[in-house]
Amino acid sequence: MSILKLDNLTKNFGGLMAVDHVSFTVKEGEIFGLIGPNGSGKTTIFNLINHYYPVSEGKIYFQGIDITHKKTHEIAQLGIGRTFQKVKPLKRLTVEDNVMAGAFARETTFAGARAVAQDVLKFCHLDDVKNMKAGSLPIGGRKRLEIAKALATRPKLILLDETAAGLNPGELDEAIDIIKKIRDELGITVLIVEHIMKVIMTLSDKIHAIAHGATIAEGTPAEVAKNPLVIESYLGSDYNVENYLNA
Amino acid sequence: MEKEKTKLLKLTKSEYLIFLGAVVLPFIFFDSFYIQGLLIFIMMWVMLGNSWNLLAGYTGQVSFGHAAYFGIGAYAAALPYFHYKISPWWGLLYGGLAAVILGYLLGILVFRLRGPYFALGTLATGEILRLVFGEEEWLTNGHNGILYTTTWVSKYPYYFIALALAILSIISVKIVMKSKAGFYFLSIREDEDAAAALGINTKKYKNISMVISTFWAGTAGAFYMIYMGFIDPEVVFALHNISIITILIGIIGGVGTIWGPAIGAVVMVFVQELFRSAIFGLAPHWVSGLHALIFGLLVIIVILYLPGGIMGDWELLTNKFKFSKRAESSS
Repeated sequence: MSILKLDNLTKNFGGLMAVDHVSFTVKEGEIFGLIGPNGSGKTTIFNLINHYYPVSEGKIYFQGIDITHKKTHEIAQLGIGRTFQKVKPLKRLTVEDNVMAGAFARETTFAGARAVAQDVLKFCHLDDVKNMKAGSLPIGGRKRLEIAKALATRPKLILLDETAAGLNPGELDEAIDIIKKIRDELGITVLIVEHIMKVIMTLSDKIHAIAHGATIAEGTPAEVAKNPLVIESYLGSDYNVENYLNA
Repeated sequence: MEKEKTKLLKLTKSEYLIFLGAVVLPFIFFDSFYIQGLLIFIMMWVMLGNSWNLLAGYTGQVSFGHAAYFGIGAYAAALPYFHYKISPWWGLLYGGLAAVILGYLLGILVFRLRGPYFALGTLATGEILRLVFGEEEWLTNGHNGILYTTTWVSKYPYYFIALALAILSIISVKIVMKSKAGFYFLSIREDEDAAAALGINTKKYKNISMVISTFWAGTAGAFYMIYMGFIDPEVVFALHNISIITILIGIIGGVGTIWGPAIGAVVMVFVQELFRSAIFGLAPHWVSGLHALIFGLLVIIVILYLPGGIMGDWELLTNKFKFSKRAESSS
């Protein structure tokens, strides 16, 4: 069953076509990868889905409901959580309070919100820094906090925007593990944008590749990695997908 | 958990002490109308400071136009008296309400703006009202202002009314900030986009903050009318003497702290009076013209050395005084 469907989604900033008639469908329980070179419109698609920008043309359906013109907070309450590529921690609040702010989307009491936050913090390996100010977290922690905040809203679909960028190898494995568990243990569908091929190739069930705002390929990681258009515009001719698929 | 409980209890104890001290204070200065008058102004500024602090300090919507709500509250008390001889005392009821309505309507416009643009938008609304109330003489009696013979000569009743309202304003902010709404205010202050992505209806919660904030500003305005017995647009819609002083109270006392506005009000009224009276007549007369300069210096000093204000950097402040003690004990 499809949980998210983009139908000819288009966004132009003045004369610039940032997203050009992109259509794809994310199935429930999938980890769906979105790849493309810098500036190809990946983050813009995320910003369109959660209505950070208004859509120029096309439709977005979430669980069959048209959410094209819904407001950002309504979309979050319907069950789409998102992280920001440029992390947005609530700096002067503690890590726990950050997560609680998300938990209040479904909880009305402090005790309830704190309980949800507790679970999420443990899940994202943040419970030992929960009393730290979010602004003083190192980057690895901030990336995980982004995921934690989104998870606290108890989404059905989570949009992860380069949550593995800038992490060291140890943190990277931790991040991959968390993303895997989001789908396997929490049963949340994942739509992920990532440049690190280790993450995208090992995790995704399906990958959608775009360049200059338009679709160039869609398929399994192996199919997409062998697609000549993807190799030409993104991966480069010396890229060997087998390194990751067999790992 | 037990620890947390006792700590909370202790806090309320010291707060009770402050409230008690405030009750006793006017009796200590029983022979001075002058000082009692200053105390009344301090209470009025506490209300305004709290009002501004909730919107700017906790919700991050830095208003430069709180005179608009103060003024509309004052005129809400004054206009029915001027036209229909209805006692301005009723203003304590509908002064706040008038400000809330104005705040809500202006909110539709100014909440579309962010950061410095919001500040400029609110500044403009205050100035627009000042000009409109100055020109529309059929309604407001223009620059002649509205005069009302105050009810009592004694300062005591005014003081206790102001004190009660000031305490209520502090308590209201405290209660709100312990609720889910308060939590959302802080989230919006920290990052409006992130807050929206977490499912927070930012517009709604900014409006809630605005409503509570403008209520206290309007009530303070109505009280001003009742106490002073005279208002004109240049006084109650003043950019320097209302809007800016309100901001200074917040910044000096401590932005986003419960007791910041109260401390800030005490400091500001004291400093203001010190210079208005040319250091109680001891200094040459021209010193009284320096108060704006001194406010500026005060803000620079606070921002440089106490960026969180007196309350926000309380520990920093007390540590400085404790430093010699600690050096002794450690040696």
